[in-house]
Amino acid sequence: MNVIVEREKGLLELEQRIAELKSQAAQQPVDMTAEIEGLEAKYAQIQRDIFGQMSPWQRVNMARHPKRPLGSDYLAALDVFDELHGDRHFRDDHAIVAGFAKLKGRRVMAIAQDKGRDTKEKVRRNFGMPAPEGYRKVNRLVRLAAHLRIPVITFIDTSGADPGIGSEERAQAEAIAQSLYELADARGPIVATIIGEGGSGGALALGLADRVLMLEHAVYSVASPEGAAAILWGDAARAEEAATRLKLTSDDLLQFGIVDEVIPEPIGGAHRDAVGTVARVLAAVDRALDELVQIPVDELRDRRYRKFRRIGSGTIS
Amino acid sequence: MAMPEWLRLRRANPIDPDQAAQWTKCPKCAAMIYRPDLAANLWVCPTCQHHFRMHAFDRISLLVDSDFTEIGGELIPGDPLGWTDKVPYPQKLQRDREKSKLTEGVVCGFASIGGCPVALGVMDFNFRGGTMGTVVGERIALLFESARERKLPCIVFTASGGARMEEGMLALMQMAKTTLTVRRFHDAGGYYISVLTDPTTGGVSASFAFQADVVVAEARAAIGFAGRRVIEQTIRQKLPDNFQTAEFLLEKGAIDMVVERHELKGRLVRLLDYGLGAQRPANGLAAQPATDTRPAPAESRS
Repeated sequence: MNVIVEREKGLLELEQRIAELKSQAAQQPVDMTAEIEGLEAKYAQIQRDIFGQMSPWQRVNMARHPKRPLGSDYLAALDVFDELHGDRHFRDDHAIVAGFAKLKGRRVMAIAQDKGRDTKEKVRRNFGMPAPEGYRKVNRLVRLAAHLRIPVITFIDTSGADPGIGSEERAQAEAIAQSLYELADARGPIVATIIGEGGSGGALALGLADRVLMLEHAVYSVASPEGAAAILWGDAARAEEAATRLKLTSDDLLQFGIVDEVIPEPIGGAHRDAVGTVARVLAAVDRALDELVQIPVDELRDRRYRKFRRIGSGTIS
Repeated sequence: MAMPEWLRLRRANPIDPDQAAQWTKCPKCAAMIYRPDLAANLWVCPTCQHHFRMHAFDRISLLVDSDFTEIGGELIPGDPLGWTDKVPYPQKLQRDREKSKLTEGVVCGFASIGGCPVALGVMDFNFRGGTMGTVVGERIALLFESARERKLPCIVFTASGGARMEEGMLALMQMAKTTLTVRRFHDAGGYYISVLTDPTTGGVSASFAFQADVVVAEARAAIGFAGRRVIEQTIRQKLPDNFQTAEFLLEKGAIDMVVERHELKGRLVRLLDYGLGAQRPANGLAAQPATDTRPAPAESRS
């Protein structure tokens, strides 16, 4: 059970009470101002209690909130989106949605991981876990973007790459390695945004970028908390403990220099104002592109090299 | 070039004196093997041909001509996450340093193999399961950067459980870092051979292991992205024995060749030779043909 969804319940009930009272007050001559104000104050207090200081585990649950804006919501908010399908070898992987798009008038190649909203769509999208053909679609489209000299924007939200038999048979490791390899050399700007869950290599495969943005309550980690707990202690139930140790929040990653910019979320999380959140993210991506397109391509690739080359070096003696 | 102390000792006596007289049991067929016999047979079980996991020093000792100049050996990881579980991370590192006599999970340097100068990296599963943290990433990056500068072909032996949990996202980002150095090396005309040994999984298989020009796997090595247990838990059924083996990957078309350990050095010498046409160092070293067993006319390859 999602701990944020649980904690949110009382708040949503209170929200409804206030709305009801307000509509009653509008219809009846009785003065209910004091009562409404009291409830609103209580509401604000609970909201601060819940969301003021979120633990890493609560952040993980916020990143997995069933109502959180998904990859497709970002694509839908672009001026235009023309989806391009398939890896030209095996099949079209619906865990990754990608294609030509325009962002505030600018031509881009937009690539998003999508977990799916309802059960049927979740199954179709394999819960946002891409198979090798998903990464091979990315490789193909990154090459196409380079060919046409258009920037690449990615939206990352996956618990990890698909760990199934078929994915291993079709060389998942090679597909991810190749995705990184393509992004390493892309001849145009790349902006990656972690919008929800950034799970391990399956997320990083879309994250080798000139600018890495992250939503405030998104998480990005070396392995999912459950996976890390299983690897370290043979006990996936210790996920909460792993989440605390892994340093996977946006503040941690900003400090490590892994993330360049954190995009604030409304109080209560991105889903409380999905349209506004999506708009703020797209505006941040656009601002980043404004700067990056000014940089000559060789200089851009040089900076990309140096950006990742130094990560972790500072902690070595 | 130089010969480090450990290499000199390995050459003089391939068995650790502490363990020389010990017997060991083959994990595959349970045969009892006298350790000096095992070493003499390249750590391959004489009964069932099981390839034991090799120490990086043994691997290098068997492979290089007589020289090895290490790079990045002095680099030691910090504790960026302040990680503690049963024991603090720095203690785990200290324990592995004592146990394995290695400073980290990969040994990198310059050597020659069959007369051909190379940049060589050898990972070792004995050090934190060969996991890639900041130092493994840094050493691999240094290896490719130096190979590029010196215009040397590069060989990397991989053995890894993936990214190192105790260094968190800094460990994961080493996949991006190593990829960028491989890409630059390639763009400068570099020739890269990877040799996947048991086991090669996770963040290492999904970065530099599979970015080589020629991907060789040692016989029966376990190779994959997700761990076997993770897959079994996900699909809730037992996987066939040959799943994620070198032979399985060969059949699926994911790697170039599977090579038995006894054949490996000879094969690498031949593979290196094919790259000499493209990789012609300014210092003219590549003009000297690799000493190999083929009757090919050496003068035609100047």
